[in-house]
Amino acid sequence: MPIQERRPTAPNKDIDVVRLRGLGFGYDDRPSVLRDVNLILPHGSFHFLTGPSGAGKSTLLRLMTLGERPQTGRISLFGQDVTQIPRSAIPAMRQRMGVVFQEFRLLDHLSAFDNVALPLRLNGERPRDYVQDVAEMLRWVGLGGRFEALPPSLSGGEKQRLAIARAVITRPRLILADEPTGSVDRAMGEKLMRLFVSLNKLGATILIATHDEDMAERYGAGLLRLEDGYLRQLVPSQRPPEHQPHPEGAAV
Amino acid sequence: MSANPSVIRKPLPVPGTLLPRERSGERWLAAVIAVLCFLATLSAIGALAADRAAHGWAGELRGEATVQVRPRVDESGPTAAARAAETLSAVQGVEEAYALDRKASERLLAPWVGEAVLPDLPLPHLVVVRLDEKHPASAPTLSRALAEAGLDASVDDHSLWRGEVERAAGIVTVLAIAAFVLIAGATAAVIAYATRAGMAAQADIIETLSLNGASDGHVAGLYQARFGKLALSAGVAGAVMAGLAMALLRLLGGEAGLTPALPVRFSDLLAIVVCPVLAAVTAILAARFTALAKLSGRG
Ligand SMILES: Nc1ncnc2c1ncn2[C@@H]1O[C@H](COP(=O)(O)OP(=O)(O)O)[C@@H](O)[C@H]1O
Ligand SMILES: [Mg+2]
Repeated sequence: MPIQERRPTAPNKDIDVVRLRGLGFGYDDRPSVLRDVNLILPHGSFHFLTGPSGAGKSTLLRLMTLGERPQTGRISLFGQDVTQIPRSAIPAMRQRMGVVFQEFRLLDHLSAFDNVALPLRLNGERPRDYVQDVAEMLRWVGLGGRFEALPPSLSGGEKQRLAIARAVITRPRLILADEPTGSVDRAMGEKLMRLFVSLNKLGATILIATHDEDMAERYGAGLLRLEDGYLRQLVPSQRPPEHQPHPEGAAV
Repeated sequence: MSANPSVIRKPLPVPGTLLPRERSGERWLAAVIAVLCFLATLSAIGALAADRAAHGWAGELRGEATVQVRPRVDESGPTAAARAAETLSAVQGVEEAYALDRKASERLLAPWVGEAVLPDLPLPHLVVVRLDEKHPASAPTLSRALAEAGLDASVDDHSLWRGEVERAAGIVTVLAIAAFVLIAGATAAVIAYATRAGMAAQADIIETLSLNGASDGHVAGLYQARFGKLALSAGVAGAVMAGLAMALLRLLGGEAGLTPALPVRFSDLLAIVVCPVLAAVTAILAARFTALAKLSGRG
């Protein structure tokens, strides 16, 4: 699996990767979608975010990716309050997280290979430094034969896998995924979930929005439910049994 | 670097451009910039030539003075004029002075007044003075010499005309510079408009780049690179056309160019190099400021 550490910077394990306090947000200048959301994602935790369609799961992820600003409350990421973060500081913040968007957000004019390489290019890495890693990641998500394919020629499931490959290629400390297995069959869904589990074992903090509450049980992850603008923690994030300090992970 | 020779030996894929090309829009834009650069190059060459022409004319006027002699009652006009010419020849700073005889004066005037009336016409008695180009004698010096010789005469050193020519040349130069500035402004406006249109059409792509960690500067850089390259190549096309047009005029004008109207020199064709570079710089700056303003919500 293509999940060796790329960056040997040791994260501070004591800080909470995400902290939301009293978060309120709506698209009409009133906090109508999210009313009072409180959430802490400790370092290395694995949560599923559930809730009915339209509950605001995607909206909550959008606030965490700094695509929208909250109307009330505070957000902190990686121990830093980002509620009023200046625009110029956002890119550096985003480079530390991997996001799988519900609508994929692939670049249709770029090949599958270039789509996955995008965050690395924007980080200033050069092709000879990332070409093998990107190729390996594409093979791992089952797109080994489709390096040159343009996204419009891919099936829904293939696009989804491409979107996941791009989100995790930088081995981000925080992974936010919005319905990442919604378009793939069950077997591929399981395989992709194993990717997230592996990244979690290496220390990534993970939040996956889904309507499938069973998944949380299957993976022994924490379960959050968003409803009527409030967030409830149904199951705390208990680390999966096999989640012991990994020899490789601990070494970094 | 982990070594997998079979992968390393393969040529690296060339990364695709982050912004998709918009061919139809770019052709239109390239045509407009080529035309603007054509005009800018013409006005630059025109300004250089006008400046040179003005210098030439002013120089010719400076090298000459005209003296009108009013004969005294006891002296005939031609005699007075001949005496004046003799007097002036001796003045320092005068190369040569000669009286225009009646025939020469008549030849000058015939086209205006007609042959028939000429014999009855009282003509002024003129002396043409060619001055030393390096140290020309001043008008007062000439007047003093004439007065000392007991001659009643007025000296015209053409300073009035020279001023007029220099003023006219100055106006032509200012007009050419104004045209140049206006063209540069139009180029900037066109690029700003194209940047805004491109960003509106590609808002989704910009959003995706930004969500993947691209900074505003990075996104602006993409538009700078696109429009800078486009302006450079379109500018070269326009400037080369202008250069060809000017070179053709120069060849048709023969050895002396279009002198005295427009003494174009082949060295003026350097404007062909300068204009496209200025077009590219203008485009880069316009694209950058427009993109940054739009990204930060000020555009
Ligand atoms: N860009 C938007 N503009 C206006 N309303 C929106 C926008 N995106 C989502 N909404 C509304 O916000 C609410 C929450 O949507 P969303 O976050 O997509 O829910 P979920 O992901 O849980 O299905 C819905 O009522 C939806 O209609
Ligand atoms: Mg959603």
